[in-house]
Amino acid sequence: MNQIATPTFEWMPLAPVLAVLLAACVGVVVEALVPRAYRFVSQLGVVALGLLAALGLLIVNYFAHSSGIMAMGSISLDGPTYLMWGSLLVFGLLSMMVFAERTLNNGASAFAASAASVPGSVAEAEATAARHEHTEVFPLALFSLSGMMVFVSATDLITAFVALEVMSLPLYLLSGMARRRRLLSQEAALKYFLLGALSSAFFLFGMALMYGYAGSFDYRAIDAAVLAPTYGHGLLLVGTGLMAVGLLFKIGAVPFHNWVPDVYVGSPTPVTSFMAICTKLAAVGATARFFFVALGADRWSWQPMIAVIAVLTMIVGVVLAMSQTDIKRLLAYSSVSHAGFILVAVVGATVATANDPASSVASILFYLLAYGFATVGAFAIVTMVRNSAGEAHDIDSWSGIGRSNPVIGAVFALLMLSFAGIPLTGGFIGKWEVFASAWEGGYAWLVVVAVMASLVAAYVYLKVVVRMFFAESAEGVSVAKASLLTLVPIGVGAVATLYLGLFPGPVLDLMTASSVFLR
Amino acid sequence: MITLETVAATGVFSLAWLMIAVPAVAAALLLVSGSFFDRAGHWLAVAAVALSFGIALWLFIAMMAADPEQRAVGVPLYTWIDSGTWSISAGLLIDQLSILFALLITGVGGLIHLYSVGYMAHDPRRRRFFAFLNLFVAAMLLLVLADNYLVLFVGWEGVGLASYLLIGFWQYKPSAAAAAKKAFVMNRVGDLGMTTAVMAMLALFGSSSFEAVNAGAGKLDPAWATAIGLLLLLAACGKSAQVPLQAWLLDAMEGPTPVSALIHAATMVTAGVYLVVRSNAVFNVAPIAATAVVLVGTVTLLVGAWIGTSKDDIKKVLAGSTMSQIGYMMLAAGIGPAGYAFAIFHLLTHGFFKANMFLGAGSVMHAMDDDVNMRHYGALSKVMRITFLTFSMGFLAIIGFPFFSGYYSKDHIIEAAFHQNALIGWAALIGAGITAFYMTRLMLMTFFGESRWREGVHPHESPKIMTIPLIILAIFSVIGGVLMNSWIQEWLEPAVGNHVEELSLMPSAIGWATMGVVALGVAVGWFFFGQRRVPEEAPVSKNFFTVMGRNDLFGDTVNDVVAVQPTMLAARGVVVADHTMIDGGVNGAAGLLAKLSTQTRRLQTGQIRTYALTMSLGVVGIGVVMILSQLG
Repeated sequence: MNQIATPTFEWMPLAPVLAVLLAACVGVVVEALVPRAYRFVSQLGVVALGLLAALGLLIVNYFAHSSGIMAMGSISLDGPTYLMWGSLLVFGLLSMMVFAERTLNNGASAFAASAASVPGSVAEAEATAARHEHTEVFPLALFSLSGMMVFVSATDLITAFVALEVMSLPLYLLSGMARRRRLLSQEAALKYFLLGALSSAFFLFGMALMYGYAGSFDYRAIDAAVLAPTYGHGLLLVGTGLMAVGLLFKIGAVPFHNWVPDVYVGSPTPVTSFMAICTKLAAVGATARFFFVALGADRWSWQPMIAVIAVLTMIVGVVLAMSQTDIKRLLAYSSVSHAGFILVAVVGATVATANDPASSVASILFYLLAYGFATVGAFAIVTMVRNSAGEAHDIDSWSGIGRSNPVIGAVFALLMLSFAGIPLTGGFIGKWEVFASAWEGGYAWLVVVAVMASLVAAYVYLKVVVRMFFAESAEGVSVAKASLLTLVPIGVGAVATLYLGLFPGPVLDLMTASSVFLR
Repeated sequence: MITLETVAATGVFSLAWLMIAVPAVAAALLLVSGSFFDRAGHWLAVAAVALSFGIALWLFIAMMAADPEQRAVGVPLYTWIDSGTWSISAGLLIDQLSILFALLITGVGGLIHLYSVGYMAHDPRRRRFFAFLNLFVAAMLLLVLADNYLVLFVGWEGVGLASYLLIGFWQYKPSAAAAAKKAFVMNRVGDLGMTTAVMAMLALFGSSSFEAVNAGAGKLDPAWATAIGLLLLLAACGKSAQVPLQAWLLDAMEGPTPVSALIHAATMVTAGVYLVVRSNAVFNVAPIAATAVVLVGTVTLLVGAWIGTSKDDIKKVLAGSTMSQIGYMMLAAGIGPAGYAFAIFHLLTHGFFKANMFLGAGSVMHAMDDDVNMRHYGALSKVMRITFLTFSMGFLAIIGFPFFSGYYSKDHIIEAAFHQNALIGWAALIGAGITAFYMTRLMLMTFFGESRWREGVHPHESPKIMTIPLIILAIFSVIGGVLMNSWIQEWLEPAVGNHVEELSLMPSAIGWATMGVVALGVAVGWFFFGQRRVPEEAPVSKNFFTVMGRNDLFGDTVNDVVAVQPTMLAARGVVVADHTMIDGGVNGAAGLLAKLSTQTRRLQTGQIRTYALTMSLGVVGIGVVMILSQLG
């Protein structure tokens, strides 16, 4: 064992991740070398080039059918990986377009002119007057995105943990950079960081115990150890529980959801959108892979636990969403409840067998896709509804938006209906798929609870729609003119939501065809 | 057991989707057109429904001309969901059952559209009103024409949405907004049944199409059949305002009167009956569920009639009556093959005469400055001849006066009920007597006696655009029964598998008894309200029956205690927890944005500590659950 093996690395199959990482590094160099006046444009170019190149490489690899366990057993390139990378890249691109929007705010982005200066200080005023801006947000987001991509494909715990941190650290920074209400934003960043660190500690501790149990960090080795145990079950149980905490925290499941509303509200809205979609997608993907691949044989231990969490998450998310008066907070709780619905499929998933292709992985991916498109559109619209102090988050101030602005109103209503799971939208099919896979997994009672929660949830969303269309317009609030950088994500979100609702067939086929984790 | 066999759609049948598309497109146009259609948009809506009616009529004639085996036509539209174990193709099923519904919806719906042109003439939001009406027609047609339960569910949600929008149409009235919300919530309870039923069907049959469900129902485990049957019944109860989900219908009368006529009398509320009849294969193998349907129908027909006897609001009397009549239909549908055709028969005649009476009530309200209190009416027969005459036709039809439409359809149900079970039969018979009583009361208080009009009210006949639909509906209230009596059983037989029974023209013993009870009801009504003066204020009453009836049999109170209070309590608990633990920090920080005081920091650290504590408790919770599941 004292001879050092030459590391192997599959360059081409893993090129999409590398492209994103490379783009992030180039972004840092741009930040250092390019004059301030040209940075914004250069960064945009780097982001667009990097993400599109990554997407292109991904597609090329997909049609070349390259798959397998790569990077010395730490990354698995399989069907779900392709789908999740693709979704992450698309959603990342759409969210970062909103990052770059400057028309809404008189030529300034949603980020603070000088994030390091004390709010209300002279330094801040000077930076604002000089029209400084933090173009670092683009490389930060790219780093985070590359972490997410590794996170969903990692098949050993060390890689997963490193990816988790790579994905989280830039997010902590990004969430503290709001231009308006900076105290709130900084508070959110600190909270997110501290609680994130706590959850990472749990995750790490769980990892250590898992290593103690299996003698390896590798998912397949853990699986083998579960099937032929050398040590007692207790070590595995505690390890599973602690690691679950770390993962559920990132998903935003109850009771680890406390950070979600605060951070969603405090962060700049484009960052919220990025977190709500990409972080959730990455966390769910990694959770599914870890539980299905490494702990699939031990499902009887964790299924009831996830089931309880799913019930709590759905109910608490929905009930708290009902009483919210702030649109971002409402969307935050809504995202909590969506996490619950997704967990329903995670619970049922395990029982899906090879000859029963209604797999939970496919339903989870479809749900995330539908949720992601609706979310990207919804948050983009949130950035457009403004009053003199910036974005108008009070739901009361959204009154009558639908009448003064029928198109934006109709699109937002559509996205809300998708969240609510009303037929003919992507959200409906997503809910059906998720419920069906749990039902077939033998968790009928959970489906009943989930259906009830979704029926109550519909009330939350319809209340907003009704407010938008049927209440008297509020004073001083209007839908600001936005550039294509905001309008394209909204349009894509709306069209995709409708498409997934009306013609889900091709997408479902794709997901079902590539829903098996490589072991 | 019947199996659905459809023939491929050719010719006019391949255009069936236009029936739904035309009003849907019209609704969309009216909604997004801005003020462009403000002046003439209502005529676009009328034209859309008229066109749908034309297509429906054409299809109907084509079906009449075809062989009975060739009449049911499947119109596949596209494959909606195709994933692994199940595939759902969205398509239409034009068969003997659905075409009757399509004719009712577009025919009566068209007349109500026409009437609304007059009724809503001065409403500033008329365009929106007609858009919603068209949306409703499209969704309702989708509901009845769908060839599988999941597509039916799409229509089901659509009519619910339209109903919600239209009940709350006059949103400046808080009562209207509250009523809309109530209808929405109670319908969601029904939807729970619908969703779960469809989910179970998908799991059991791998498909939700009527064809697959009908074919698979025979081989179904009785427990599952019963479960699906009960879930469908729950769905039907929500939509059709049957006990225990009845309370929303009375409040729904807050909507404009044409809405009450179209949605809450003639069409949408009968969707539950349609669902039960359409699911005949399931109910045939689930006797417990079928008995539950009979019970629900029987209880509702009595409850509705009871409520009808003690209301002073003319629309609420009619709403109670609608509940009661749908109870009759449910009762017939629950009886099984002996009753399916009669349920649909009564549904159609009821569609005519109840729409007629609701529109008549609207005409009266129009004349009385939107006053709905019958104690302020009286003597209107002299000033509103056409409304009075058409309303009388509806009155005679609903009480079952010989040879009017209700006479045929209701008598069949009462007879079938007696064959099922004497107790149910008696309930149906007594219901007929009460119906006669409350309708007589309504007639006498509204059109006869001396006038008790408020000051400044000058009743007048409504314009022609409102009276012509009344006249047409009145004609059908009279002849609808004769037209369909000898025909409908054989027509429906291939679609719903009912038993065709010989009908004699002479009334049976039960028929005579029914007539006697009805006559008694009319006489009692006349005794109390015809020969005495009607007080202008409702007399204070301690009479148990009156108090119960005036309060809708305390349906709201029951809901409140059973459902609302516990939910509110739970929600409040969660909200309190949330506010103390979460909102405190953020609100504090936001409020102190300008001050930058130390307080913020203090709050902040406190917050994180609390959050971390919650997380740690969560870890303990996870541990407990995992240990428990190990033990179990």
